Amino acid sequence: MRVFAIAEHRFGELNSISFELLHLANSIKGSGTSEAVIIGRDVAGFARELVRHADKVWVISDESLENYNPDLYIDVLLQLFRIETPDIVLIGHTSQGCELAPYLAVKLGGSVATDVVGVNVSNDAVTVSRYIFQGKLMVDLKITKLPCVLTIRQGVFKEGPEVNGEVINTDIKPSRSPARSFVKFIKPEVGEVDISQADVIVAVGRGIGDASNIKLAEELAQILGGVVAGSRPVIDSGWLPKDRQVGISGKTVKPKLYLALGISGAFQHVIGMKDSDLIIAVNKDPEAPIFGVAHYGIASDLFEIVPLLIKKLKEIRG
Amino acid sequence: MLVKHAASTEAEIRIGTDGKSLDTRGLEFEINDWDRYAVEEALRIKEAHGGEVVVVGVGIDCDPTLRKCLAMGADRAIKVPIDTGMDPYLTAKAIKEAIKGEKFDLILAGVMSQDLNYSLVGVLLAAMLDLPFATAVTSVKIEDGKVRVLRELEGGYQEEDVLPLPCLLTVQSGINEPRYVSIMGIKRARTKELREVKVTLGEPTLVVERIYHPPIKKAEMLEGDAPKIVDQLIEILKSRGLI
Repeated sequence: MRVFAIAEHRFGELNSISFELLHLANSIKGSGTSEAVIIGRDVAGFARELVRHADKVWVISDESLENYNPDLYIDVLLQLFRIETPDIVLIGHTSQGCELAPYLAVKLGGSVATDVVGVNVSNDAVTVSRYIFQGKLMVDLKITKLPCVLTIRQGVFKEGPEVNGEVINTDIKPSRSPARSFVKFIKPEVGEVDISQADVIVAVGRGIGDASNIKLAEELAQILGGVVAGSRPVIDSGWLPKDRQVGISGKTVKPKLYLALGISGAFQHVIGMKDSDLIIAVNKDPEAPIFGVAHYGIASDLFEIVPLLIKKLKEIRG
Repeated sequence: MLVKHAASTEAEIRIGTDGKSLDTRGLEFEINDWDRYAVEEALRIKEAHGGEVVVVGVGIDCDPTLRKCLAMGADRAIKVPIDTGMDPYLTAKAIKEAIKGEKFDLILAGVMSQDLNYSLVGVLLAAMLDLPFATAVTSVKIEDGKVRVLRELEGGYQEEDVLPLPCLLTVQSGINEPRYVSIMGIKRARTKELREVKVTLGEPTLVVERIYHPPIKKAEMLEGDAPKIVDQLIEILKSRGLI
């Protein structure tokens, strides 16, 4: 198999997913090759890092490619793939990857699957594994059309061999001006509390039910000397400000105690809290994926457990 | 405006006896959560700039979701009555066929579906129609033949982009506060057009081999009644020096 991995970078830093894609590429290439593609401006340094884990690194460099733009990235990738034809294209399951993968799949006349956590290649047949229902179930899918473009979940393929291949500088340049124009980056909002610095986090999810119930979590957090944070549905509903969001589009936290109340445990949330020292989850659904990452689980109604816990803690504190 | 009649993730989900399908009897269906925000955004754009909101749904039983969108304020609905299974490529292709002949300025979709979580149909359709696009949009401003958007990136960062019209945007949840459906809205929806468009199902690109429970390490579960659970919890917190 000829397996390509599209490297990703932002603010002058190579995203570690780029290496994870190459580790996966090396494990499935068989007698074929693992080939990285790096797109940007002044990316020779990135190419040198990538080539330690790739048979080939294709460099596409131009001033106009400094910041990611889907129209230009797709344009140059299609120029490369017209000559260097892929069997499998691996891309990170990121805000960039989720734009590039489907568009490329259509233009390559192939297929696409996203948020993939396992790839199996045997006799040129490709099968992928991914979660559905936000982590509750898994599905194995047979790909019936090559080339296939896959977006790969971060943090799954962390280890891989050194390969030490060759860097190839292409003379590919964008053949068009982009329809979509990039204006600027906007930095995260800074709130009064930085949850990433807290030792104790009481985090609430959809299961908290209503804005008026947030005070229950606040009371518990206060007794434990911690802060209240939330998962996406709570932030979306406006029950907590955006700077309290834990997860891929919010903050990554590693407190001593992470108490998850009514949080189902979608990957987008889990990636932001899985390295906490102690994770205790309360969720009335015993099948909730949060119990896959928690150290201790309580499959009960949080409105029975939390008030009682507050009462007992108050008694202890006197 | 693309909408999905999607299975709820809250209910217990059972695997079919063949091991490669879902037991639909246990499932509850509703409008996909991301699509609620996208419909609301479409209605707000219409209210500010005029025009028409047309909702498109793929699925044999997607009528309740289309009716809900009409009750929220959409003008008419197109139903594509086919089952595309777990193959978003087929869904996008079906939509492409179904909206042939429709003129549009903007196509909106939700970022992903709450049941299959692919994040694919929107961008696949953009590619099939050669449309400019942006995903995970958290703000939409229409400006004189163009649209200015904010996109959600990782770690709380956002990106501002400008796209020409027509284009396709996938809308992130939390962009607005979706309206509730009123009794008047439901009444009015009954008289609105819900047209079925037949298309032929394309060649599958993804075939389900197996559906199964993820092999995860489970947390140590604290059992008993609430007082007993809380006592165990207090002991754990004490042993870790947290209280």
